[in-house]
Amino acid sequence: MKARLLAAALALLLVASGCSAGSSAFVPDDGSTLAVGFAAEPQNFDFTRTDGAAIPQALLYNVYEGLVKLDDQGRVVPLLADSWTVSPDRLVYDFALKPGVLFSNGTEFTAEDVRFSINRVKTDWTISIKSKMDVVDRVEVLDPLHARVVLTKPSNAWLFDMASRVGAMFTPTGIEDLANKPVGTGPYEVTSRRRGDSIVLQANRRYRGPEPTYRTVYLKYYKDPTALNNALLSNGIDVIGTITAPDSIPQFEADSRFNVVQGTTNSEVVLAFNNKKEPLNDVRVRRALTLAIDRKALLATAWAGRGTLIGSMVPPTDPWYEDLSGAYPHDPAQARALLAEAGKPQLNLRLRIPNLPYAISSAQVVQSQLAEVGVTVTIEPLDFPAVWLKQVFTDHDYDLSIIQHVEARDITTFGRPSFYWGYDSKKAQDLLARADRGTPEEQVTAMREVARTLSDDAAADWLFLFPNVVAAKKKVTGIVRNQVSESFDLTTLGRSE
Amino acid sequence: MTARILRRTAIFAVSLLAASIVVFVFTAVLPGDPAQVALGVNATPELLAQTRAEFGIDRPLVTQYLDWMGGVLTGDFGRSYVTRDAIGPQLADRLGVTLWLVGAGMLVAVLIAIPFGVLAAVRHRRASGTVVSAASQLGIAVPAFLAGILLVQVFAVRLQWLPSGGWTPPIQDPGEFLRGLILPALSLGVVQGAVLTRYVRSSVLDVLGEDYLRTARSKGLMPGQALIRHGLRNAAVPVVTVLGLQLTTLLVGAVVVERVFVLPGLGSMLLDAVSARDLLTVQGIVLVLVAGALLVNFLVDVLYTVLDPKLRGAR
Repeated sequence: MKARLLAAALALLLVASGCSAGSSAFVPDDGSTLAVGFAAEPQNFDFTRTDGAAIPQALLYNVYEGLVKLDDQGRVVPLLADSWTVSPDRLVYDFALKPGVLFSNGTEFTAEDVRFSINRVKTDWTISIKSKMDVVDRVEVLDPLHARVVLTKPSNAWLFDMASRVGAMFTPTGIEDLANKPVGTGPYEVTSRRRGDSIVLQANRRYRGPEPTYRTVYLKYYKDPTALNNALLSNGIDVIGTITAPDSIPQFEADSRFNVVQGTTNSEVVLAFNNKKEPLNDVRVRRALTLAIDRKALLATAWAGRGTLIGSMVPPTDPWYEDLSGAYPHDPAQARALLAEAGKPQLNLRLRIPNLPYAISSAQVVQSQLAEVGVTVTIEPLDFPAVWLKQVFTDHDYDLSIIQHVEARDITTFGRPSFYWGYDSKKAQDLLARADRGTPEEQVTAMREVARTLSDDAAADWLFLFPNVVAAKKKVTGIVRNQVSESFDLTTLGRSE
Repeated sequence: MTARILRRTAIFAVSLLAASIVVFVFTAVLPGDPAQVALGVNATPELLAQTRAEFGIDRPLVTQYLDWMGGVLTGDFGRSYVTRDAIGPQLADRLGVTLWLVGAGMLVAVLIAIPFGVLAAVRHRRASGTVVSAASQLGIAVPAFLAGILLVQVFAVRLQWLPSGGWTPPIQDPGEFLRGLILPALSLGVVQGAVLTRYVRSSVLDVLGEDYLRTARSKGLMPGQALIRHGLRNAAVPVVTVLGLQLTTLLVGAVVVERVFVLPGLGSMLLDAVSARDLLTVQGIVLVLVAGALLVNFLVDVLYTVLDPKLRGAR
């Protein structure tokens, strides 16, 4: 009877583990296979209905392509469009499409797909960034290889956004099961996945270009930063997409098996001030708090000194970047004077942060440095994302918060008074509008002015810009230094023999 | 005997029902709105309302509960808010991984506990016995995750003999499957083995003092032979009981070990689902775990009734 029980239990186990599709902890060590480790896993493959950075990180430019893409300097360059022209009134964009492009299901890519994809953002997408297509009035099919997009008002942001996931091209024959079966024109297609473990990409047989160096790519997911590091150290993976534990970087730098590449991201770690609420609606208080915090010391504590100090909501890869990090040098005496002038020599503030490592370590530095100027800070860690989103982001129930803002060119959020900053500046709003409708040169001038205005108003305290630190085995070449697009771009990768 | 088994079955069913209500209520009162988490930042109020309706979380709690239970009873655990996939098959898949882990951990624990426990008992007056006892004491004090981290450092990072984590299904590649299972099973099993060693030791010590062993030895058996032929079977009864109880502890340990070794089991699924406020998934996983624990208790109960003649007349 015991033997039979045991046999039954074993059979059950085999059945239970058998119903899972392939994919593996084991990555064959041949030249055409690559394994990349990441911290955040896509919940499904449908970025039209599921938010978050993990899906475009895996799929954009690799599986899905748009008319344009961003290079590592943040420039818009052609992808599925060979070229394009913009009308003098900046309302009409004519795209000449690459010929001979096929989707991974065999359908040909034409101007009809451009119309279908752009219209579909407005009708079927449910995530908030769909609003980036609101400016589109209509899409016309001039002929199979020419598409015309007409905007309701001039917008520089629109073409830039076309390089993000909202610009991804779909085919009407490939949208049945977006959550499980992505169909794109990119060099890879998804062949299998195991939730909680990995996604496997294979070279797309119908891809127009040369076959990618790595025919099979395993995207492997590790919630725990130590596990992610150990995977590279023990040959479980070849690349760490972005290192999330800064203390481990020297370990890789010291090891001759690896290359470590450090660049910038779009991810500003911001000490948010509730601009609408007493006492932070007083610019003197906001300036005092900004002066009181030693950002260099904070960066050393929070991210081992690896990030970049910025003084406004602009990363160095944006064309209107200028270094404003010196605008508020660390000066506790002046901070105290400003607070006294505002009639607030003693303050009690609630710092409500997401329970994430970088936020917790930053919050402790902020707390101790503000204590030196007479500001008592109470740190309240909130469960992220659920509780933080509800209480701080939606209900604006906070004085101070710390969170990283990962979206590209999210400086525009300061033009929305309803956003959780509570920042309402006519000047900034006008400048942002002018920047969007002007020529690219006018855009740069106006955006630079927006950044200065934000810094002047101390609309927030930009603590630091997250670095992009990639560690890889020596054989892997072509790693993109700056993470400016939403994609972990596999197409640039090569192999050194 | 039949009456007793029926009674136990009824208790099992009622406990399961009660547990389902508790699980449901506790997940429903978790702070945070699943619709908002699913939609992310900048979700508009209209979209939020639409998504809540789509998830069915705008309905009264009682309706939601009855709907959920109705589904679960027919094997339908609903669709995840986050992955938009059916939860049932995913649960089965993850359960498979966790069961392998718990089974392998149990095996390691038994393989450690029996020889060392017997050794510690037979030699309890000698140095070697004391050493084993002390070592098991030390083993109990080491948490499974720490054991896991140490094992990874030595065997994966330094020596590179075994993978530091990840899962290969046995059907796909049995060799790689076993290689991947060794370290997690060791970190789970060593700690449990240390606990179990102490039970085996005291159980064997009890048996050593029994009359029938003296009888066996007077018939001319060597002490070791006597213990193996007559003693161990009797010593095993209390040990098996403890083993049953330990199973639930192993499940908890497995949750942590899955995290350390990046195994796609129930534990890691639960952690992900909680942080994403994927309530339906959380409810499904917790219900399966609770049902598992209740089932073990129930089976132990029934087995007693069947095995122990003294209980056969009892109610």
